[in-house]
Amino acid sequence: MTDWSPIFISMKTASVSIFITFFLGLIVAWGLVKMKNDTGKIILDGIFTLPLVLPPTVVGFFLLWIFGVRGPIGSFFIDFFAYKIAFSWPATVIAAVVMSFPLMYRSARGAFEQIDSNLLDAGRTLGMSEWKIFWKVAFANALPGILSGGILAYARGLGEFGATAMLAGNIAGQTRTLPMAVYSEVAAGNMGEAFNYVIVIVFIAFIVIFIMDYATLRKEKQWRYD
Amino acid sequence: MGNKMLKVNIQKELKEFDLDVDFELKNKRLGILGPSGCGKSMTLKSIAGIVNPDSGLISLNGTVYFDSSNKTNLKPQKRNVGYLFQNYALFPNMTVDENIAIGLGKDYDKNHLSEIIKRFHLNGLEKRYPRQLSGGQQQRVALARIMAYGPDVILLDEPFSAMDTFLKEQLRLELLNSLEDFDGFSIMVTHNRDEAFQFCDELIVLDNGKVIAKGDTYQIFENPGKVQVARLTGCKNISKIEIIDDYHVKSLDWGLELEVSKKVSPNITHIGIRAHDFSSARENDLNAFDTLGSTKIEMPFEWEITLANGLWWKYDKQIHEHEFVVPDYIKIDPKNIILLEE
Repeated sequence: MTDWSPIFISMKTASVSIFITFFLGLIVAWGLVKMKNDTGKIILDGIFTLPLVLPPTVVGFFLLWIFGVRGPIGSFFIDFFAYKIAFSWPATVIAAVVMSFPLMYRSARGAFEQIDSNLLDAGRTLGMSEWKIFWKVAFANALPGILSGGILAYARGLGEFGATAMLAGNIAGQTRTLPMAVYSEVAAGNMGEAFNYVIVIVFIAFIVIFIMDYATLRKEKQWRYD
Repeated sequence: MGNKMLKVNIQKELKEFDLDVDFELKNKRLGILGPSGCGKSMTLKSIAGIVNPDSGLISLNGTVYFDSSNKTNLKPQKRNVGYLFQNYALFPNMTVDENIAIGLGKDYDKNHLSEIIKRFHLNGLEKRYPRQLSGGQQQRVALARIMAYGPDVILLDEPFSAMDTFLKEQLRLELLNSLEDFDGFSIMVTHNRDEAFQFCDELIVLDNGKVIAKGDTYQIFENPGKVQVARLTGCKNISKIEIIDDYHVKSLDWGLELEVSKKVSPNITHIGIRAHDFSSARENDLNAFDTLGSTKIEMPFEWEITLANGLWWKYDKQIHEHEFVVPDYIKIDPKNIILLEE
C-alpha cells in the first residue's frame, strides 16, 4: 500500500514557497537594482546568493540556529504563540524558500539589469510614477527572465532535501517531502517504493522544463527587437 | 505667458572634469555643441531631472525645478519636460497607441490621441510594436509621445548620431517640420556642426564641462573667437602665430606671413582659415603662396588639396568632373583670416 502523502506534502510546500519566493525575489531584486551605494550592493548581493553556494546542510544548520527551539525566532514563537517551528510543516516552506530564493533573486535582477536604462528614464520624463514604471516598463520587459527564474526556483524548492532534513526533519505524513521519501525508502531497502516516488518526481520535472521553455520562448517572440 | 525664460546654472563634479554651465534661454531653439564626452548630455539630463547636479539653479518660466540653496529638487515626473533619447526609448512591450498615450494619464481624450497620430503621419501604425517600425517611424512615434502632453521644453539628445547619411537627412527635415509647430523651448545636443547650424537660433559651445562660447549661431560660426570653437565649427586650418604688427601676422605652422583685415589685439595667439576660402592667384598677389608639393584627392563633390605646408583647401566640383589642375599659386583674402585666442 503506497503512501501518497509525500506527494501532497511536496505539492503544498512547493506552491506556498514559490508564492513567497517569487514576490520576495522580485522586490529584493528591484531594490538592489535601484540602490545607489555600490559597496552595500555587493555585500547584500553576497548575502542573498549565499544559500546557493553553501551546502544545503550548512544552510540547514544556520536555519536551525535561528528557528530552532533555542534560536531567536524559534524561541519567540514558542513563548508567544506556543508554536514550535522546527520539525513542523512550515519548516519545509522556510527551507524551500531560503534555498530557492537566490535563484529567483539572481534571475530577476539579471533580467532587470538588461533593460535599457533609457526606458526607465523615459518613463520618468513622461510623468509615470515609479510604481507604474516598475510594472509597465521594468517588469513587463523583464518577464521572460523573471518567469524562467520563477520556474527554476520552483524546481529547486520542490527538490529541496538537505536544509529541509535539518530544520523540518523527516517525519512521515508531516514533513516527509518527495525527495526525503525517496531517501527513506532506499535507506529501508524498499527500492520498489522509492522508484514510485522517483517516477513522480521525474514526471513533474519534465512538465516544469516544458513550461519553462514554452513560456519564455513565447514572451521573447512577442516583443523582442529584431 | 509673459516672461518665457529657461535659466540653467549648474555645477557637477564628474570623473574626468567638472561641469560648470550657466545660460539663459529666451529664444526658441538652443544648441549645445561640443565633442563627445564634454558634458552635453549631462547638462540635458540635469534639466530633465534624471540626473542631479551638485549645486545650482534650474528654473523654467518662473517655476523652480532645482535649487541647491534650499534643497528644491522637483522629480522628473513633475517637470514639464520632454526628452528625446538617442535611441528613442520606445517601450518595446507597447503598441504605438499605447506608447503615445502613456504620458497622458488614465482618462485621456481619445480625440486628442487621434489628432496626434494624424499630425505625425502615423495612421495605420497604431497597433504596431516598435520593432515593426522603420527608423523614421520610430522617431515620429517618439516625438509624438513627447508632444502629446505638451511639454514646455523639448530636450534632444544627439538625435542623429547613430544613423546613416540618407536616413539622417530625411529625419532632420522631419524633425525640423515637427519643431516648427512647437511653441516651447527646444535644446539640441550635438557634436555635428551642420545640425547645430541648421536647427539652432542660439548656440553654446561646451568643452570639458565649460562654456567656451555663447550666442547667436551665425555669429559664432563667423567669429568663433577661440581656437576650440573654431575647430568645432569646422575650421580645418588653425595655426599658432607671431604678431608682426597691427595687421600682419606670421603663421608658425605654415611658414607664411599674412595680412589680416581686423586689428590684431595682443591676446590673439592663433589664426584660422576655412578650407573653402582660398582662391587661385598670381605670384605677387596679396597673401599669395605657392602650391609646390601639394597632393590632391578627389571626393564626390569637391577636391581636397593638401598643401606641403599642411594647409587644407577644398574646391567644389561636380560629380562628373575628374580633372583638376592645381594652380601654381593660391591666396587668401585678409577678410577670411579668423583671429583666435587659445
